[in-house]
Amino acid sequence: MAIFSVYVINKAGGLIYQYDNYVPRTEVEKTFSFPLDIVLKIHDDKVVVSFGQRDGIRVGHAVLSINGVDVNGKNTAEGKEILEYLKDASNYPVSIRFGRARLSSNEKLMLASMFHSLFAIGSQLSPEAGSSGIEMLETDMFKLHCFQTLTGIKFIVLADPRQSGIDALLRKIYEIYSDFALKNPFYSLEMPIRCELFDQNLKSALEIAEKAGTFGPGS
Amino acid sequence: YVRPQGGAQDFKKWGNSELFTLTYGALVTQLCKDYENDEEVNKQLDKMGYNIGVRLIEDFLARSSVGRCHDFRETADVIAKVAFKMYLGITPSVTNWSPAGDEFSLILESNPLVDFVELPDNHSTLIYSNLLCGVLRGALEMVQMAVDVRFAQDTLRGDNVTEIRMKFIKRIEENLPAGDE
Repeated sequence: MAIFSVYVINKAGGLIYQYDNYVPRTEVEKTFSFPLDIVLKIHDDKVVVSFGQRDGIRVGHAVLSINGVDVNGKNTAEGKEILEYLKDASNYPVSIRFGRARLSSNEKLMLASMFHSLFAIGSQLSPEAGSSGIEMLETDMFKLHCFQTLTGIKFIVLADPRQSGIDALLRKIYEIYSDFALKNPFYSLEMPIRCELFDQNLKSALEIAEKAGTFGPGS
Repeated sequence: YVRPQGGAQDFKKWGNSELFTLTYGALVTQLCKDYENDEEVNKQLDKMGYNIGVRLIEDFLARSSVGRCHDFRETADVIAKVAFKMYLGITPSVTNWSPAGDEFSLILESNPLVDFVELPDNHSTLIYSNLLCGVLRGALEMVQMAVDVRFAQDTLRGDNVTEIRMKFIKRIEENLPAGDE
């Protein structure tokens, strides 16, 4: 999967659509006996590994599930506090899955509006007027591509640094938005996009882009 | 009897333009029945047009590769030569510029909305194609331009040509997309 996510931000900086196209590669599930030799702590309402890295379990990884059941923040699915649960010898042996914590929807909302502000700052820093704004943010793990329309909507794609054709993909997503979101009379402008046809067409556009295909006319 | 001109490829994609004329006609007559007042119908048509315009602009920008217009003359050209062609298959002419360059007319030789239409005497103040005014107003508002759009002449009401008058009011400065200051 070389295209990781798609974000759509409305004119006010609110996230109106988000789609993740990747499966985290580093999740580790292991059975442990008492006492647990990994040091855990609470961070941002999640239980994360603070010390005791081993066997693919890294510092910073969060507890994702206990005995196969996904956790709920710092509590188990039944509502017990995880740290308390793991201090009790009678609960062992226990199977814990560790991995990189996925962003919650609230976190994504915050990040989107932060990006919106950064984008505005980027335009103001420009030596000449009429800058396009941030078009790309590059890291070693991914490239973030951004396209702002003349009406102020931003389409953002996070992809593998080596993935090409993202410009065409961004334009294609704009077309899909103008078709399946805007031409749906029951969709209100600037609101979260909850249109199945939009989802379906976006997914197939991502597949086409990943295979480095081109979008034919009117496709 | 002259068949309405198909015009642009994009318009032909719609298939039967008679269905379009019939649909618009059904819409207007229903509004007339519901509101029983020409002024009110004109207002509703403008409102509906506005809702279409704010959505249509994105489709227009996504499909044409038109960039931001830097003055009203550019805007007039894009509206007449690209937008009207794309959506209605006609190319109105741009004339009657005001001395300040903030007002112009679009002269429509033909209008797919009014093919086969005749206005009865009891609807003499009905602006049948007022939807178009709303569409233009809504679309331009989304690209930060406040305009006033109205029909100056209408073949349905006995004039020789159909003339849409567009006046630039101001640039909308609130909520400008970043980079447009």
